[in-house]
Amino acid sequence: MEDVGLLAAMPINEIVFFINKVVIAGLIIGSVYALAAVGMTLVSGILRFANFAHGDIMTLGAFVAFVLTMLMPGLGAMVGLPTAFVVMPLAMVVTAAVTIFLDKRFYAPLRTVGYKPITLVIASFGVMLMLQGVIRLFFGTAPRQMYVTAKDIYRVPFGGRDIIVTEPQLLLIVFTIVSVVALHLFLTRSRTGKAMRAMSDNADLARISGISTGHVVRTTWIIAGSLAAAAGTLLAMDVSLKPDLSFNLLLPIVAAMIVGGVGQPYGAISGGLLVGFTETLSVFNWAILLRPLKPHLPEWLEIPANLAFVPTEYKLVVPFFILVAVLIWRPHGIFKGRVL
Amino acid sequence: MSILSMRDIHAGYGGANILNGVSIDIEAHEIGVIIGPNGAGKSTTLKALFGLLTVSEGSVTFDGADITNDNPETLVRRGLSFVPQEFNVFPTLSVRENLEMGAYVRRDDFRPLIEKIFEYFPPLRDKHRQPAGELSGGQRQMVAIGRALMMEPKLLLLDEPTAGLSPRYMGEILERVIAINESGVGILMVEQNARQALAIAHKGFVLAGGRNSFTGTGQALLDNPEVAESFLGGGAH
Amino acid sequence: MIRAIDLRTITLLGGLIVLVALIFAWQGNAYGVRMLVEASCLAIVALGLNVQWGYAGLFNAGVMGFIAIAAFTGMLVSFPVNPVFWESEAPGMLLRTGIYLVIGVAATYLISRADRIGVPKKLRTVLTVVAAAITYLTVQNALAPAAELIEEGSSFVGGFGLPVGLGWALGGLVAGVLAWFIGRITLGLRSDYLAIATLGIAEIVKSFLKNADWLTRGTLTVSPLPWPVPTPNEIGFVAARSAYLALTAVLIVAIYILLQRGWASPWGRMMRAIRDNETAAEAVGKDVNRRRLEMFVLGNIIVGVGGAALVTFGGIFDPSGFNPINHTFLVLIMVVLGGSGNNLGTIFGALLVYVIWTMSEPAALILFRYGASWFQQMFDIAPPSDLPTRALQMRVFVIGLTIILVLRFAPRGLLPEKVMKYE
Repeated sequence: MEDVGLLAAMPINEIVFFINKVVIAGLIIGSVYALAAVGMTLVSGILRFANFAHGDIMTLGAFVAFVLTMLMPGLGAMVGLPTAFVVMPLAMVVTAAVTIFLDKRFYAPLRTVGYKPITLVIASFGVMLMLQGVIRLFFGTAPRQMYVTAKDIYRVPFGGRDIIVTEPQLLLIVFTIVSVVALHLFLTRSRTGKAMRAMSDNADLARISGISTGHVVRTTWIIAGSLAAAAGTLLAMDVSLKPDLSFNLLLPIVAAMIVGGVGQPYGAISGGLLVGFTETLSVFNWAILLRPLKPHLPEWLEIPANLAFVPTEYKLVVPFFILVAVLIWRPHGIFKGRVL
Repeated sequence: MSILSMRDIHAGYGGANILNGVSIDIEAHEIGVIIGPNGAGKSTTLKALFGLLTVSEGSVTFDGADITNDNPETLVRRGLSFVPQEFNVFPTLSVRENLEMGAYVRRDDFRPLIEKIFEYFPPLRDKHRQPAGELSGGQRQMVAIGRALMMEPKLLLLDEPTAGLSPRYMGEILERVIAINESGVGILMVEQNARQALAIAHKGFVLAGGRNSFTGTGQALLDNPEVAESFLGGGAH
Repeated sequence: MIRAIDLRTITLLGGLIVLVALIFAWQGNAYGVRMLVEASCLAIVALGLNVQWGYAGLFNAGVMGFIAIAAFTGMLVSFPVNPVFWESEAPGMLLRTGIYLVIGVAATYLISRADRIGVPKKLRTVLTVVAAAITYLTVQNALAPAAELIEEGSSFVGGFGLPVGLGWALGGLVAGVLAWFIGRITLGLRSDYLAIATLGIAEIVKSFLKNADWLTRGTLTVSPLPWPVPTPNEIGFVAARSAYLALTAVLIVAIYILLQRGWASPWGRMMRAIRDNETAAEAVGKDVNRRRLEMFVLGNIIVGVGGAALVTFGGIFDPSGFNPINHTFLVLIMVVLGGSGNNLGTIFGALLVYVIWTMSEPAALILFRYGASWFQQMFDIAPPSDLPTRALQMRVFVIGLTIILVLRFAPRGLLPEKVMKYE
């Protein structure tokens, strides 16, 4: 027990609290934003418009997973994973198909010559409202639980305290890592992946080179739709399935995309994590970390009870400020993307 | 038999036509050069030929088939490649990936071909992993031409390949163009540096106001006092 | 300048009048006038949006936020004074918070300029951020006890008891100031950024108004808002609402005339030039972004006035009541469907869309009841108990679909902008 002296000197309670409240929470929400922002940035890079329906595509994907879970609730127990996670690949396929349908029906006709890019943005608002309407028509507005059974909770002891990670959080982190690696390999090794990057770089030249733009566009929607569905499902598994998140998701995702530079998948991943961590850091009450210092501080310096930068109810302000700050100082994003 | 023949082409962007009857004929393995003042429709001719804008009158025949208003993907498969004047590389893709994109429609193993292009343009070999956007103007032009050659085209369309290059690179690019032609690829290019271009051309086409104004062999045009006076800036040598 | 009104306009306007008359006959006068007043307020908002979208090509996706901030300002200016608040210690505490804020902002600004006296730029940036953070935390911690005191003692700060008209004007002004900040940041970039920035600011304004209980009573709502005309309690529903309608109608006419004249002036011509060919306008030396900023601010001032009038008419200030469907996208539809760039078309679109919108509620319900009972007979599935609320969600879908259909098939609207010729 030699290290007791060192451990005792350290404010273990506070550190573990910080890890649970900031590091893990930030990683979780950051991964969700990253998964969603990657898809949005690919679509923006290739089709040259910000698809504002992306947040609702996430919700849609989560609802597809929810319906599948309700249809076969026992599926998860067979493989030892939550049912929602087992049916997620199917939900991703369905959502990808929906996004392709939406593109074909609503966006593609507007992409012909003579329409301004802003027309597509407005159309994406239209699609957003349609998705919202359909989701609420069938599922109402009340939050729902994705879990059929209780969530597993993993506790990692750390100096007498526990760092807590739940099963869906672990699955989310693993899924994010796997899909980022897979996406990287796809974009750098495969013919279609390279063509996607080429088209994002210079759509006219891609056409001149004989790249089939229709094929690239479809692939892009498949990636964007399925990653959005996964992000929505995993988020809903971690917290609960809320039909009305829409703008609350959209703003951080767009912020992540713009921070990372539009059209830059790696930028979007870093942007998502950055926005996620900034959110949790901003709503974290720093007074808790300063409390152990109290005996060492002079009498007159009193630590206020609340030292959070942003009250939780104003969380949406954080991605907005990140967005505004980036637009003012680095409109190309920190990864040198393009400005739409 | 000529590999390419454009007959009396009329074309434009929506409103008024820019081309009002352009005719161009090229034999296989020839170098054809289009010159003329600004706004004469030189680049527009290439774009109309490559399906980038709509031909309203006239016909284009390539390698025995009518290709009027075919889309670029079809044309690439038929053996026609186009190098635009600007924005002609994928800036964030590496040099090698740029070349691979040129061979997008090919399903065979094209690695030997990349080797061949590195032989044409040795500077590219050392930089094959570098993003094309970081290269110098001349090297970017090499990437652009290399990309177009990846389909082993029968005819290569070049839009002002020497625009904005230093004299050293200008000479080098034109030299490469000759070498490419000698390997059996036909060339049709638009050039501002009319003298140098006509000097290497088998055939020259002088456009003015969207029409053919003079047509002849490169040497004939260089020797023609009228052409020299109006389009080459000063008398013939 | 007299322009012949063409047959299409007459037919459409005539049809609309008949439709409105039918609704009066069906639902009664009080209902009909209420609908018209609400439509007229939204028409003012739509005229403001038309300045931005129709004339300047700027896509404002946060109309709701500008309506909300203007309505709040209107409420603050015109609501009766709250003596409990003014007699407590709270005003002093708020004043102190205000002084902290002013000092903090001034200090932060000065530090941000410190590079001019030789402070290295990196150090300056760090110092600026630190100063801003300290200011923010100080103000936040000074405000908290004041807010708590107000919420306990006097529920909220109350208003200033000034005329309602002044409240609307100031509301428009505040919306304009907010627009100026947003515009400064995003107007140099492509419209996508303006869309997301306005969308964000709208949600932030809403969440601020909802959570700042000491200032707005938050979810407890403030009512009754004073009216600029006699209230229904004094002279009855139909008379009071008609008086209100007269007022908003005068506002619409005034704004319409001003916009039409402005549009025909050299200033308007320049604006059209910028919208139709930005590059060319820039090439002849027009400061495109500055002109756009003017349009964006002007549009939001009008939006603010209309929004304040709309909320005043409702009689209740309820921050949770603002929602993007009713207050942003409905207005967008009005402009796009009516004919963007044409003020008459916008007013027409506002009335038509609002009539359809209000009528769609009973219609959707009837349709759903019918559908549900059919479904029950066919498949023996009981309809969900919250059918009415779900039927309303259908309107969200229809709004979205309408946006897309109009963009695709009638991008210039029912009453398109006329290509004007000037000799």
